[in-house]
Amino acid sequence: MSENIFITEERIEGADDGPLAGKTVAVKDNISTAGVRTTCGSKMLEEYVPPYDATVVARLKEAGATIVGKANMDEFGMGTTTETSYFGETDNPAAPGHVPGGSSGGSAAAVAAGEADLALGSDTGGSVRCPAAFCGVVGIKPTYGLVSRYGLVAYGNSLEQIGPFGETVEDAAALLDVIAGSDERDATTRSEGDDANYADAATGDVDGLQIGVPTELLEGADEGVVETFWDAIAELEDKGASYHEVSLPSVEHAVEAYYVIAMSEASSNLARFDGVRYGHSGGYDGNWNETFAKAREEGFGDEVKRRILLGTYALSAGYHDKYYKKAQDARAWVKQDFDEALTEADVLASPTMPVPPFELGESLDDPLKMYLADANTTPVNLADLPAISVPAGETDGLPVGLQLVGPAFGEERLIRAASALA
Amino acid sequence: MSDDAVSPEEVRHVADLARVDLDDDEVDRFAGQFADILEYFETLDEVPEVDREADLANVMRPDEERPSLDSEEALRNAPETEDGYFKGPNVS
Repeated sequence: MSENIFITEERIEGADDGPLAGKTVAVKDNISTAGVRTTCGSKMLEEYVPPYDATVVARLKEAGATIVGKANMDEFGMGTTTETSYFGETDNPAAPGHVPGGSSGGSAAAVAAGEADLALGSDTGGSVRCPAAFCGVVGIKPTYGLVSRYGLVAYGNSLEQIGPFGETVEDAAALLDVIAGSDERDATTRSEGDDANYADAATGDVDGLQIGVPTELLEGADEGVVETFWDAIAELEDKGASYHEVSLPSVEHAVEAYYVIAMSEASSNLARFDGVRYGHSGGYDGNWNETFAKAREEGFGDEVKRRILLGTYALSAGYHDKYYKKAQDARAWVKQDFDEALTEADVLASPTMPVPPFELGESLDDPLKMYLADANTTPVNLADLPAISVPAGETDGLPVGLQLVGPAFGEERLIRAASALA
Repeated sequence: MSDDAVSPEEVRHVADLARVDLDDDEVDRFAGQFADILEYFETLDEVPEVDREADLANVMRPDEERPSLDSEEALRNAPETEDGYFKGPNVS
């Protein structure tokens, strides 16, 4: 496979029948599969074989799906391009020579290339929606608490959700039906998804739909992206929807709040990788602090080290109030802004990514440039809300995604609206 | 790191707290990048104090015995084990 979509290609057969019988699914390599290695795109876990299935994997198998492989990803989910993977970059099947987006780049590419009918990714700050937009497929970031994270290797656990990819909204919704619902092994799950029927909501009916367009999420976006976005809004208007502009002043601070919170959580979550119980070993020379530090120097790539160090810094004595506490204030503010905007609109719409897919290698040397590309996706994770990215068209032959954001547990509304486009 | 520049010593200190060895090149590169990133984070100063409504409830289950991973499975990924235990490096 020229695109380098999978880290491990291995078939895991599901039950003989079920709602996903006959469907193939690519699973992001940070979601545990019993007996099949789960690397998180990292040298640290190059040989790690989980002894148990993630809840979502167990549910896929019960639903009759066939897993076809573990998809490439940015190391531990940390990246917007899938280039931070220890296992090499993935080419974008929809735009060769460009990144597939990240961090769930392999998952989106698998669906775009036809290597799988469906895929699972995880979205901490846009990691499902960004690659969906860049690869021209559909991706859903569920409401925080809709889908169990048991067996998902944690990065920023107050922010992340596992989410589905499909070629159409209805396909992605059918996968969400299978994975959604409460799980006693993840205490943050809620019961709202227990009896859901998301696939049936994909009617494409947008008659009377009120769309709010946050002006801040269009500022600074690429001209071609903005043009494609408005074309998609016009298409929704033709089908009976209407739009008005809204203002979300808090989102100007969303990216920095997101990165402070995600890095802080990462610095704590990734402390478990010491090379003793699993993962790359630092050997047995010297004391434990020395061997842990050696295991982590050798096992982690640059971006992971950067985030662990910055997170450690943001939580350290003297800086906690300045960074972490302010970021939590910003998070609460973002949440309030969204709640308020959603009292006057059914959904909020923006370009998923402010830019078209980067060329391979373009952003690697400038981490801040990469972070800023997450301007439109990170606010949604801060607000714990659901969102969907649906193909809106192309600019200069490069895919552009439209993002719709809804109220908590408003997935059906998002699926209904987005299915008018794909 | 409170001012604009981030010194290599500060990067080393944080790396030490986080138990990540860094070589000299990495320290220099990170020092430059951290200065840019932290300067960007400074804009959080403009965020007003916000009332946070905590809509949280504890989720509890009965404290009953139930099956868990057996020790052979739990040890399967360990680089070294001894007598059914993980083998770690010297504590000091």
